[in-house]
Amino acid sequence: MNTELQPPDRNLASAQVRQIVEAGLARRYRRERRFRAYGLLSVVSGVLFLGFLLATIALNGYSAFRQTKLQLDLDLDPVVLGLGDGADAGVLASADYQAVVKASLGRLFPQVVGRKERRELNALVSASAGYILRDMVVAHPELVGRRITAWLPADDTVDMLFKGRVGRGPDAGGQLNQAQLAWVDELIADGRIALRFNTAFFTNGDSREPEMAGIWGGTKGSFFMLLVTLVLSFPLGVSAAIYLEEFAPRNRWVDFIEVNINNLAAVPSIVFGLLGLAVFINFFGLPRSAPLVGGLVLSLMTLPVIIIASRAALRAVPPSVREAALGIGSSPMQMVFHHVLPLAMPGMLTGAIIGMARALGESAPLLMVGMVAFIVDVPSTPLDPATVLPVQIYLWADSPERAFAERTSAAILVLLGFLLVMNMAAVWLRSRFERHW
Amino acid sequence: MKTSAKGVAMAAAFAATTVVASLAFGQAARDYISVVGSSTVYPFATVVAERFGRDSRFRTPKIESTGTGGGLKLFCAGIGVQFPDIANASRPIKASEVAECARNGISEIVEVKIGFDGIVLANSVRAPRLALTRRAIFLALARQVPDPKGSGTLVANPYRNWRDVDPALPDLPIEVLGPPPTSGTRDAFDELAMQGGCKGIPAIAALGDEAKIKAVCQTLREDGRYIEVGENDNLIVQKLKANPAAVGVFGYSFLDENSDAVQGSTVDGESPTFEAISAGAYPVSRPLFLYVKKAHALAIPGIREYLAEFTSGRAMGPEGYLADKGLIPLPAAELAVAQRVARGLTPRAPVN
Repeated sequence: MNTELQPPDRNLASAQVRQIVEAGLARRYRRERRFRAYGLLSVVSGVLFLGFLLATIALNGYSAFRQTKLQLDLDLDPVVLGLGDGADAGVLASADYQAVVKASLGRLFPQVVGRKERRELNALVSASAGYILRDMVVAHPELVGRRITAWLPADDTVDMLFKGRVGRGPDAGGQLNQAQLAWVDELIADGRIALRFNTAFFTNGDSREPEMAGIWGGTKGSFFMLLVTLVLSFPLGVSAAIYLEEFAPRNRWVDFIEVNINNLAAVPSIVFGLLGLAVFINFFGLPRSAPLVGGLVLSLMTLPVIIIASRAALRAVPPSVREAALGIGSSPMQMVFHHVLPLAMPGMLTGAIIGMARALGESAPLLMVGMVAFIVDVPSTPLDPATVLPVQIYLWADSPERAFAERTSAAILVLLGFLLVMNMAAVWLRSRFERHW
Repeated sequence: MKTSAKGVAMAAAFAATTVVASLAFGQAARDYISVVGSSTVYPFATVVAERFGRDSRFRTPKIESTGTGGGLKLFCAGIGVQFPDIANASRPIKASEVAECARNGISEIVEVKIGFDGIVLANSVRAPRLALTRRAIFLALARQVPDPKGSGTLVANPYRNWRDVDPALPDLPIEVLGPPPTSGTRDAFDELAMQGGCKGIPAIAALGDEAKIKAVCQTLREDGRYIEVGENDNLIVQKLKANPAAVGVFGYSFLDENSDAVQGSTVDGESPTFEAISAGAYPVSRPLFLYVKKAHALAIPGIREYLAEFTSGRAMGPEGYLADKGLIPLPAAELAVAQRVARGLTPRAPVN
């Protein structure tokens, strides 16, 4: 029937035909094998890059989960503490606890007498040791007058040396001088230096002493910010998606809105930060650095993501469900809320979780609203000044102290952990509840 | 699923109420100090803030690292709780910034000098230590230099190798990593190293006009031999470790912390050491400042006490904890002045 088709050339021997076909076949197989090899290669190189990245971070960061501590015998002598007779909570809180720590070190090394040498000796223990002791005594006032043994954090210079992150002497990056190195050796020989689990890293806010710096402030800030983002963007996003998908008339205005939503999803996040600064802080006068403002800014960023995901989820519900619902007499609203929405909900939640995970990793727009800041106090409401985990990582990465390098990596590990949990939740939701038609 | 739909509606209503309610709270009093400004002062200010928060009955001040220029812009935006109380600066406030402040009703600014920072030019310890002069720095990095052929005119910078600039320097290509123009470190580098090295070059002095001389002296080349690396000094140190041919420009405290990886070049024969910077012998060092709104000091609790802690001997003194963090302390006489200014909240003289 096809006139262009030529009859086979009868002079060509069938063996010859087979040869040509086989030669071509081999080429086609080779081509396919090559393509598969390229594909495999790109997957392998991707996995290698990721593995290299994760391994570097893990290797740099794992040691931050433990902290070098010194075992000290502390004489909580009311005289050294500067306490009178009536020791109420206020007086206890303002006593000189660092003096107790210094006295304890002095007893370990009675041969150290000069003012400069004493200063160098005292530099081995964290400047925050006194505050830890204070909290201990304020919680248990009966300790005053007793001698207790406690493990207190060592200074970050000792920590870095003990963990082998720096060598001895300035040529190897060490910050300790010969005398200090000798004292540390003596303490190690006495078994008074050991690595302990670094609780402070998980329970403290930011600090300029690496041994006291923690991620709890950033974690709580991230939590408040995501809460605001979720509460604002999920209901708004889902409502917008339902209206656009199920109720909106098809006209130019709706098309215009749809195009804009798709464009918004691609706008660089820093632009939302500038918008947040101009609108929420300068115009509405909301407090700078508050997770509320950060959450508002990130809702703007997350909204288009949720709207697009929710519309895709609604579109995936087959029309037969809608028609059946309408056919047995439900109103369009009943049809949407009783039948379509429950079926689309897993997809919408997945979209929301992925949007939230993106918001959790965001730091650029927060610079503009003042969340890139040094904040020690852990926030207790969304209106308190706070920072978030990615910003905490950024700030530590910029700190001169060597000990912050491993804490930076450790904080990255924690952030990656959160992101992994969120993405796994999204995968689980999808596999558990999503219906295939 | 009816209930969940209702829940969604209620959540939306709740969210709307939260926003409206928070608008009302926005103008409420603030019980913590808000500080913005220089990333060079940030490591020092944060140490003081943390100790202040632990030792006093006040909350810990909030310190944003925005860069000197960005910080002063926020600082000068107005008076009120939504504006910062203190700006950290790694250079003196400019006349234009004072004018901006005045336009927004901030007439009384207290200036407290807190110490010095040395700007170092450093390279990897695997490369030979450079013995630079300010003249060599200028010739290596300026966009326009006097014609090396001796025509007496200014030409686009032709130098590619440190040896071309000064025969005493090693045979290394010129590749300098440094801060961007928004950084106070860059301002000080331009002024101290570049302007300093350009002084006394006849072809430039012959331009006559001071503004023109300044433009020639302080404009860095843009042909890729000076690379702006952002405000992260750690990043510069990392890049120097990886590339022994490169020279980095950053603050002294980062040299101090990374002495195993990088070495400071001498400038005009002076090494960037704590002693040389403190004594004023090292030429590329600059003062650091705090700027405080006097009107805020009287309204926000704790500002006076924070300044008292900052200027105290145990913080800013020669053996204070800021010196341990790498701040080069003020000489005794200047320290006394700073303490007096902080105590009395003496505004700076109106003329710049």
